[in-house]
Order: sequence, then structure tokens, then C-alpha cells
Amino acid sequence: MSVLVARDGGLYCGAGDFTVDPAQPVRRAVITHAHADHAYGGSDEYHCSAEGAELTRLRIGDEGAVIPHAWGERFRLGDAVVSLHPAGHIRGSAQVRVEVDGEVWVVSGDYKRHDDPTCTPFEVVPCDVFVTEATFALPVFRWEHPRSVVEQILDWWASNRAAGRCSMLFCYSLGKAQRLLAELADEAFEPVYLHGALERLTSIYRAQGVVMAPTRGATIDAPPRSFAGQLVLAPPSASRSTWMKRFARAETAFASGWMRIRGIRRGRGWDRGFVLSDHVDWPGIIETVQQTGARRVLVTHGRSDVLVRYLGERGVDAAALETAYGDEDD
Amino acid sequence: MRWFAELYDRLDRTMATNGKVAALVEYFAEAPPADAAWAVFFLCGERLRSPVRAGDLKAWARELAGLSDWMFDACYEAVGDRAETIALLVDAMPNRPAASRWEPTLAEAVTVIAGLEGAGEQDQRRTLEQAWCRLDARTLYLFTKLMTGALRVGVSKRLVVRALAEWSKVPAQAIFHRLMGGWQPSAESLASLLAEDDSDAEASRPYPYFLASPLTSPPAELGALEDWAFEWKWDGIRAQLVRRRGRTWLWSRGEELVTAQYPEIVAAAASLPDGTVLDGEIVAWLDGRPLPFSALQRRIGRKRLGAKVLADIPCILLAYDQLEADGVDLRERPLRSRRQILTDTLRGAPRVLQLSPLVSAEHWDELTLLQQQSRERGVEGLMLKRWQSTYQVGRVRGDWWKWKVAPFEVDAVLMYAQPGHGRRASLYTDYTFGLWNAAGELVPVAKAYSGLEDAEIRELDRWIRRNTVEKFGPVRAVTPAQVFELHFEHVTASGRHKSGFAVRFPRIARWRRDLGPRDADGLERLAALVRPDGSGSAEP
Repeated sequence: MSVLVARDGGLYCGAGDFTVDPAQPVRRAVITHAHADHAYGGSDEYHCSAEGAELTRLRIGDEGAVIPHAWGERFRLGDAVVSLHPAGHIRGSAQVRVEVDGEVWVVSGDYKRHDDPTCTPFEVVPCDVFVTEATFALPVFRWEHPRSVVEQILDWWASNRAAGRCSMLFCYSLGKAQRLLAELADEAFEPVYLHGALERLTSIYRAQGVVMAPTRGATIDAPPRSFAGQLVLAPPSASRSTWMKRFARAETAFASGWMRIRGIRRGRGWDRGFVLSDHVDWPGIIETVQQTGARRVLVTHGRSDVLVRYLGERGVDAAALETAYGDEDD
Repeated sequence: MRWFAELYDRLDRTMATNGKVAALVEYFAEAPPADAAWAVFFLCGERLRSPVRAGDLKAWARELAGLSDWMFDACYEAVGDRAETIALLVDAMPNRPAASRWEPTLAEAVTVIAGLEGAGEQDQRRTLEQAWCRLDARTLYLFTKLMTGALRVGVSKRLVVRALAEWSKVPAQAIFHRLMGGWQPSAESLASLLAEDDSDAEASRPYPYFLASPLTSPPAELGALEDWAFEWKWDGIRAQLVRRRGRTWLWSRGEELVTAQYPEIVAAAASLPDGTVLDGEIVAWLDGRPLPFSALQRRIGRKRLGAKVLADIPCILLAYDQLEADGVDLRERPLRSRRQILTDTLRGAPRVLQLSPLVSAEHWDELTLLQQQSRERGVEGLMLKRWQSTYQVGRVRGDWWKWKVAPFEVDAVLMYAQPGHGRRASLYTDYTFGLWNAAGELVPVAKAYSGLEDAEIRELDRWIRRNTVEKFGPVRAVTPAQVFELHFEHVTASGRHKSGFAVRFPRIARWRRDLGPRDADGLERLAALVRPDGSGSAEP
């Protein structure tokens, strides 16, 4: 019998009567990380990593009990032994290891293998069945070293500064924004301005001891030219809002794995694209699948069709799983 | 090629025209002349004849990257550009050799590509594999792109010419003119492109066009009927015919020389006196009737005009204005007087140069009736011009109006979607729409790509991903739920289409969120639009 099955938009464990990242309210949820497509409100009980507990609380609202667990701590839910292991996707993001009758399943949630100063790095957890994401499961997706991308961002900011332009860098508000700020900690020319949607999340990271570049709010009613030469971080949704009007002379950029493809960047109208992803790239997926030693691989969201077929052709027992994950972009 | 790659990146990153011109000017100032010449060639939208078969290119690249055929296709579907797919895959090769870098100039790269022409398959393959492995990611993409198609980096020929003019101080019209007629890039030809003598250009120069505004209120509000001239609005290409110094030039509205595309008009123009400039419409014309614009398009797209195309799609100039006679600028004179001069000019001219006839009506209601018959006549509607009007510059409201007929429309249901290309890569933007048949089934009738806003495209893309019922390769069948208002120009009965109808130029007018799938039209609506003679020119 399967240790986990797709149910309620998440992965349900019958032996333990809990659901990993349910999209519907359930009695007992285990949360991999606090992105909106993985952490929904309305359940009674939430198990998550200690590192991610505060972010999970912020996402699900006041209702429901949040039960934090240290990395690797084994706890019992029904007949299942569960533990959480770092996934390296965003702060507090966890892989869920579930053991039932000696069979071990690991749900990766979203994960990455590249360096990220804001969270504990990915840990390879040996298992029988590995449940992986496939957001960037195509061989065209291979990430450069993050430091070289940060260099590109600094060059871009410097040239905009020289021209008296504002550098408007769009990025997802939880995870990517703080990762950028942490990468820029020692190198920012001056404080970085934040869109209001980023401020609370960034202050949580800072309170937890993540070292980041100094920041200021870009929410004040400033005269249009006051952001000349500054770097401003904002969520992509802000790019079409009236908030943008105060940045008369701004060059726009987007930091995302999708920026590897020119047509996607052009289609969204960004001046620049920086290829910086919080998801695992193609070589990373293949490497991770091998390292876990899993005899079976289940693929949740993204290009599951490609990954399942590719692994199948190489003799790996692989199949797709339908969940509600993956509505949040990179 | 490093300079050219930097130029490409700069052009690719800015949407601002001034920024693009500045990037081009800087490039022309520092690039070697032979490179600059090739840059002009490629940026003007020209391309090399592809020396390698597309299938070979793909097979060699994917074998180099160690990937199967379906995987390459899946990548191509996500990337939307063949050269970019190859570049990304080769760049992402797990053990890509980085030892011996190759940094050719643009002209050297072109020489290598040209050398592939006629080479054996094994030689071609070896050359390409070496180039791919040794070029860095950026130049790898551009090198491959030069072999597979036009650059498309948001630069028009006009912009390139503007930058050349700014850099060299040679008038843009002169450069435009010299770029026509098989200009071949080289250091020498670049020099002649930018030579100072511009007497030919002076002679060829057209006048800025006067443009009509769309009529938005009932024509009766324009005042007295007798103050207005009426003409058919032809479905062709606006053009100026310039006849000076015993030579003829045809300019399109985009200020491009199209002389070479219409030899029959140029031949006929030899009968016109020097110092003549006509304004009119180039129309595909057969047996005294205009052919649809799609016929004309088949000529526009051609590099070389064969005898068959010239015979099948003969073109004429329907002139409706004269801007110069005997070398004198007529634009300040009223239309009534210009029209008289034009009539005299064209008296006895070959049939290829015709006077666009006046449409006469006794009262505004009669004019409305005539306007409604536009489709039967194969025209787009009527032009309304004040007899007293001078020939002004650009779109000045008040004196010239265009009154177009409404397109045909149906409300159709989204059935299938597949990803677009280029800037729409990875988004489902190519849609197939259906109408209901008598048995209550949806039958596909039209494919449409354009008409939605970017935000709507993204919203629909998300909806498509969540409501896919079946996948056939890149194509997704979706739940029949979303209704769109489609506009199109013609409908004809067709045995080759499953629905029994072929619609011309379908495009999306609106997303009808207010309609459910059962509110969409049935096939009988198309049937009603087809005329008994099958010409598909009924009123909607």
C-alpha cells in the first residue's frame, strides 16, 4: 500500500492520518514551507520546521495550532514516524520523511541545491520513494552560481546609478527578496528600498538573525525623482499598480529561473532578467534523485510529464502525482 | 562577434527608441566596417540563406547534448525559438569543453556559415559542433540564430537607418534609398552607403502622408453633402509614386521603397511626366475587381517575383491625389483642384494607373447604403474628404475620414490551446475555437492568436493549465467553457474544413466572460454569412 496518496490537493498519509501541504482544511497538516500554494489556512494542527514556524503562522492566520520541530527530530503521528529535513528552498522549507512499517518516503516539497544564505542547505535523505517537484524539469534550465548572478545585479545597479535611474528589481516577496538582500549584505551601495509587501517578511528574517543589506520602506509618498540611483525590490504584481508611478525613470528587472528564456522575459516586458531561482535546476533534480537511492520516484508539480518520461527511459520507476502545488511561480 | 553580442543585448534590453538608436550609433562608431555592414544587414531583418537543413541542425545539437528527440521538442516548446533552444542545451551540457575559446568577428562568423553551403554533411556537422563547443553562451545563440532566421530584436530598418544617419550625418532618405535593390554587406558597400553625394536620394524623396481618422459619429453630422468627396476605401497598400529625372520610385506608408515589388506599376509610370508625385493605393486587381488583401500579401512577402505570381496577382495603382505636378508642390491647394490635376495627369495613362473613382450620393442615407455594400465590392468602406482640404501632414482630424464596415463576428468556444513562440513562449497563446453543430457538438472553425491583452493572456494561460482534459503533444484540449467574440473578414464554404467553412483573418475581439458555452453561436450562423454564390460577402 502507498504510504502517501494524492488527496485534498496535498499528499495524505493514511497510517498517520495527516496531509502534507493540503489545499483543503484537514485535521492534521504537515507543511513543507510557507508559500501560498503549500500552506493554506483552516486546518486544526500544523507541523512544520522550527525555522519556518513563524512564517507558517503568518501565512495560515490566527486559527490552528502550529507545532514546530527541530531538523531531523523524529515524531510519531498515528502509525507513522515523521521527521523534517532542510530543503533549501526558502527559510524554514522542509522535506518530509515519513516511515511506515519500515518503508521510507520523502516528500521534497520545493527545493534547491544552490547556495542560499537565508536558509539551512538541502540535505539528502535516503528513501525508498522520493516525491520531487519538477518546476524546471527541462535540460535548458541550468543555473549559474548565485554569486555570478549577484555580480550581474550589482553591475546593473551601478550603471543605473551612473545614469541617475532607479533600479526596480521585481522578485517574489517571500524567499527571493530576502535571499537577494542577504546576498547584497556587504555590497549594497546604500540602503535598499522595499515595497510594502516585502517589509514584514523581511523583518521576520532579520529578527531571526539573517544578515541582510540595510533596507527602507518605499511606501512613503515621495516626490517622483527621489529614487534616482536607488535599488528598489517589489513583488511582480506591483509592476502594473499605481505604486509604480512614483518611479519615473526606472529600469525594470525580474529575478527568476524563468528569465533563462528570452521570450518569457520579453513577453512580460522586463528590461532585464536575472536567472536566480529558488527551485532545483535540471542537473540538480537528476543528481538528487540518484543520491536519495529511491527505487521509485513520484513527481508532483511542474514538468512532471518530462521528468517521468526521462526517468522511465533510464529504467527508473517514475510516475506523476496530481496535487495543487505549483501555483506560486519562482 | 563580442561587440555585436553586446549590441544585441543592449537592443534587447531597452524598449526606448532613443536608447536603441544610441546603442546602434555607439556600435557603428567602434565596430570594424565589415562587421558594421553585416550588422546593418541582419538588423534590417535580412537573413542568410540557411546552409544547413533544419532537421540536421536539430539532430546534431541534440546528439551533442545527449538528448532524445522528444526531449528536444519539449525544450523547444518551452523556449519558443530553435536557435535559443540549441544554445541553452549546448550551454547546459554537463561536461561542456571550455578549453579553446573561439571569438570570431561578426564577418568571420558569417564566412564560416557561408562556408557550410554546399559542404558535405560530415564537414558541416564537424564545423558546427566545434563552433558550438567553443563559443560562449551569448555568441553561441547569435551564431545559431544567424543560420536559422531573422534576428527580431525590436529594431526596424527605419531605426537602423536613423542611427546610421545620426552617426554619419548623411540624410536618412539617402541611406534608405541606397539600401534598396540587393545591397550586399561589406566594408566597401558600407562606405558607399554613407557617401555624401545624395542627389539620387533628393530626387526619390516622397512627401509625408496625410492620414484619415476613423469616423466615429454619423456622417450626416459632417454638414453639407456637397462639401465632401467620397471614394471607396481600398484594401491595399497606401503608396506614393514619385516620377522625377526619368526614374520612378514607389514608397510605402512605412517610408520604405517598394519599387522592386511592383514592376508593372513602375513600367506604366514611364508614361508620366517628370516632376509628378501621386498618392494612392496599390491593389491586387483582376477582371475589373479588387482581389482580397490576402492575395496582395502573397506578393509583399516575396523576395523574387516569378512570372506566375505577376500573372496571378496583377497589381494596379488606384490614385486619389496628386502632390506634385511639373515639379511644383501642390499640397497647399484644395482637394478639388488637386483632383482636377490628377484627372488630367492620368488621362490616357496605362490601365495600371487608374483614377480612384468618386462615389456619388444624393443624400447621406444613400451614402450609408453604399457604405453597407462595401463587402460586395471588395472594399473596406468609404473615404470622406472635404473638397476644400489641403494635403496635411500626419493624422489631422477634421478633413479626411475613413468609414470602415464592421467585420463579421461570432461568439465561439475555446476548444484547444497550444504554446506560442518567441515572446509568447511557454504561454498558451494559440487558440482553436469552435461553434455548435446541429448534433450539439462543438466543431473547430478558427484558429486565432491575437487580440487579447497581456494580462488576459496570462489569466487564460492559467485557466487552460487547470482545465486541460486531454493532451496531444503540445496541444491541450480544454473544458468547453470560455467564450470569445471573434471577428473575421470573409467566410467561404469549404470542403477542406471539418466545419464546412473557411474564415479569413479571424482574431479575438473580446473575452465574453458574460456568456456561457451554450450561449455561443452555432454553425448555422456561418452558413447565413456565406452568400449563395459562395463568395462569403453577406452583411453580418
